[in-house]
Amino acid sequence: MLRFVVRRLLQVVPTLLLLSLLVFAWLRSLPGGPAAAFLGDRATPERIAEYNRLIGLDQPLYVQYGKFLARVATGDFGTSTKTSQPVLAEIGRAMPATVELSIAALLIAVLLGIPLGYLAAQQRGRPLDVATIIGTLVGVAVPVFFLGYLLKAVFAVQLGWFPPSGRQAVSIDATDVTGFAVLDGLLTREWDASLDALSHLVLPAVALATIPLAVIVRITRASVLDVLDSDFVRTANSKGLTPGVIRTRHVLRNALLPVSTTIGLQVGLLLGGAVLTEKVFNWGGIGTLLADAITEKDYPRLQALLLLGALVYVLVNLLVDLSYAIIDPRVRLS
Amino acid sequence: MRSVRRLSAAVTAGLLAITLASCAESARDSGAAQGGGAGATGGTLVFGAPGAPDNFDPAFAQDGETFRPARQMYDTLITYKLGTSELAPALATEWTPNADFTQWTFKLREGVTFHDGTPFNAEAVCFNFDRWYNLKGAPAQTQAYYYGAVFEGFAQNETEAGLPPVYKSCAAPDPNTAVLSLNKAKGAFPAAFGLTSLSISSPTALKQYDADKVEQSGEAFTYGAYATDHPTGTGPFKFESYDRTANVITLVRNDSYWGEKAKVDKLIFKIIPDENARKQELQAGTIDGYDYPNAADWESLRTEGYNVLVRPVFNILYLGINQKNNPALKDLRVRQAIAYATDRESLVRNQLPEGAVVASQFIPDTVDGYAPDLQPLPYDPDRAKQLLAEAGQSNLTVNFYYPTEVTRPYMPNPTNIFTALAENLRAVGITVNPVPQPWNGGYLDSVQATGAQDLHLLGWTGDYNDAGNFIGTFFGTGKPEFGLTDPALFAEVGAADAVVDPAGHAAAYEQVNRDLMTKYLPAVPISSSPPALVVRDNITGLIPSPLTDERFLTVSKG
Repeated sequence: MLRFVVRRLLQVVPTLLLLSLLVFAWLRSLPGGPAAAFLGDRATPERIAEYNRLIGLDQPLYVQYGKFLARVATGDFGTSTKTSQPVLAEIGRAMPATVELSIAALLIAVLLGIPLGYLAAQQRGRPLDVATIIGTLVGVAVPVFFLGYLLKAVFAVQLGWFPPSGRQAVSIDATDVTGFAVLDGLLTREWDASLDALSHLVLPAVALATIPLAVIVRITRASVLDVLDSDFVRTANSKGLTPGVIRTRHVLRNALLPVSTTIGLQVGLLLGGAVLTEKVFNWGGIGTLLADAITEKDYPRLQALLLLGALVYVLVNLLVDLSYAIIDPRVRLS
Repeated sequence: MRSVRRLSAAVTAGLLAITLASCAESARDSGAAQGGGAGATGGTLVFGAPGAPDNFDPAFAQDGETFRPARQMYDTLITYKLGTSELAPALATEWTPNADFTQWTFKLREGVTFHDGTPFNAEAVCFNFDRWYNLKGAPAQTQAYYYGAVFEGFAQNETEAGLPPVYKSCAAPDPNTAVLSLNKAKGAFPAAFGLTSLSISSPTALKQYDADKVEQSGEAFTYGAYATDHPTGTGPFKFESYDRTANVITLVRNDSYWGEKAKVDKLIFKIIPDENARKQELQAGTIDGYDYPNAADWESLRTEGYNVLVRPVFNILYLGINQKNNPALKDLRVRQAIAYATDRESLVRNQLPEGAVVASQFIPDTVDGYAPDLQPLPYDPDRAKQLLAEAGQSNLTVNFYYPTEVTRPYMPNPTNIFTALAENLRAVGITVNPVPQPWNGGYLDSVQATGAQDLHLLGWTGDYNDAGNFIGTFFGTGKPEFGLTDPALFAEVGAADAVVDPAGHAAAYEQVNRDLMTKYLPAVPISSSPPALVVRDNITGLIPSPLTDERFLTVSKG
């Protein structure tokens, strides 16, 4: 096991090196650059050249790449060309926002998705089932940004039930402890701050939850139908077990195995979907950082976000491989 | 057994929560009023800004989003009368040039203090001018763009753009008089003294917070603490905080302000890059106003009861012509044909916002040097065809570059503008090859650095009331953008810029404008379009400025 982990960790290094090279070369192959974005309307060719000379973008690519690697090796991912802030600090500040949003969306998707899927399966072919199938199709098909604007137009602008964007009202003088706005309000007993953060969370979380919700509903429905047709359920029925016991002890428990795998897969997708949702709701998380960095051609921020994203992906894959071996002893780690 | 496990898990979770809660304490000032509602005198105004400032040191400010908070926290020696580009007293009550305009004497306002309590006086003024002049290092000099543009150079130029400095010295014969000596006269003065970048900072704060420490860090620049967290001016609002996670800048009223005090207690700029999101925030009541509403929304916003405040025009959109890239365009008749072919009246009426006007020359009528006798070239496709035939260019083909993924105040929708103009050109027999490029994805490189285009769309928003700020920028020297090689034109612009008495300066530029339209026609001026702001109906006193120099001290919330 230890040898396997060490070997896999060592494989991470060349993987990330290759990725860093690809990201570095790709960014610099795009037309335009941070100078034009930073200088805006006053970006004359002379000023762009001067700017590029000062920050070393006029040097050969291998020199730039070498300097970049040297900095990254010391844990320095650079400074944002737009905000002049260290990018790691920016990512650290933005991370709780994205995690909070993703957790909220996942909770909505799971807490609504499993019961809905189960009910649809129980009422197969009846109106509720048909409505659920149509609803999930729409949920998967509607683009997140469109749904986001729609939710805001109805629930923020027309009805005024929820705030349209941001994480907290500017009038809330909240104390920052962990960066998780809802949690911070609870920890510091600033209940109004927590409630306000929660109300800001609702619309973006609903928008972000739509696709995973639809997927979970469909998987749960299919899985429950599968289990309902199985022999052991018939046996349980013939034994005279009550429907409630059959549902909870036999059907749901067995049907939830593929659903939990799906939920795991949705976590990664949620983080990806957060980019669009955050943009629409001015959320200020990792997605916002990424979207702004693309607009501003902010090389250091883009490099850091893409590389750290890749690192997380590689490490999660490693953990999944390890977990298979732990769960199923037949899987040999070699 | 199972219930025991559950119970112990619940107890552990509870203990963890209690431990965490005991570690975290509210940092709220229990005595302070919570923001939001009306305060003792005026409440909190929340304004939606489309972008974040680069920093808070006006010396290193280069764009409107950086200027916006700076304008509330700082004063300049001379300012602009609200809603106009006319000069008005600010920290200086009088300003007088010597006979040859190489020395400016400023009589300073008395009883003014900086936000840190230190006094404003002539020594502070000279400290600021000396600071700018003595900025060291290429990063600092590059970032001090407007000082460099106006004063041309530094004590020790460390950039390739540096020229012999215009600034010579500053003297403080008494606390209320500052005398600025220049190495040469410039027509840009005194208007340029009103530039936000020349705002006066507290010398004490500048020294205390490493204001001059601009350094290159990897592929970016970093600033000293003064620019990031301690801006200290004399303006009507004081800096309180910048929450970079929530994208919120908070300023509070300066109760020691020398002039009429600001009406609101707190001024918050909430940064919301997406225009539609800004509109929805206004409609939901979470902000009181925002900048740059989409022109297509102006009417509906008015119908909903909001006040759309349209700024006087202070920009120009032109159809650029590159004579070097396409030899056919060297012929004045061909360039005139292009001008006659463009139906600018229709373009302004159909594509541009209310308040937009057809341009008759390369500056808007709000800038001194505007020639009122010049009329826009008429739309005359027959004349255009005739001129093309005379020039032997009836089958002319042009590569027409236009930007995508951008809006500019002078160019709200580049694709629509291109489509209308291309249609006009095709109607007189010109073959148009469209070349769309993303604004920050090669467009500026192509049209300004490489000069790859025959025709292109670009424009300019003025910094201050000086025709040279427009015309000198376009046609002061040969640039790849226009492919001009005519020394007579450069000489004429240079001569106009060298006339320093205001009346003569304006008259010289009026003549330049006439000659540009009749003798040279290096491009076709299209239009000037006003950007707007929008506020709720209970917000009063916000005066739209042609220079986007809105001051929030006059704003109150009903």
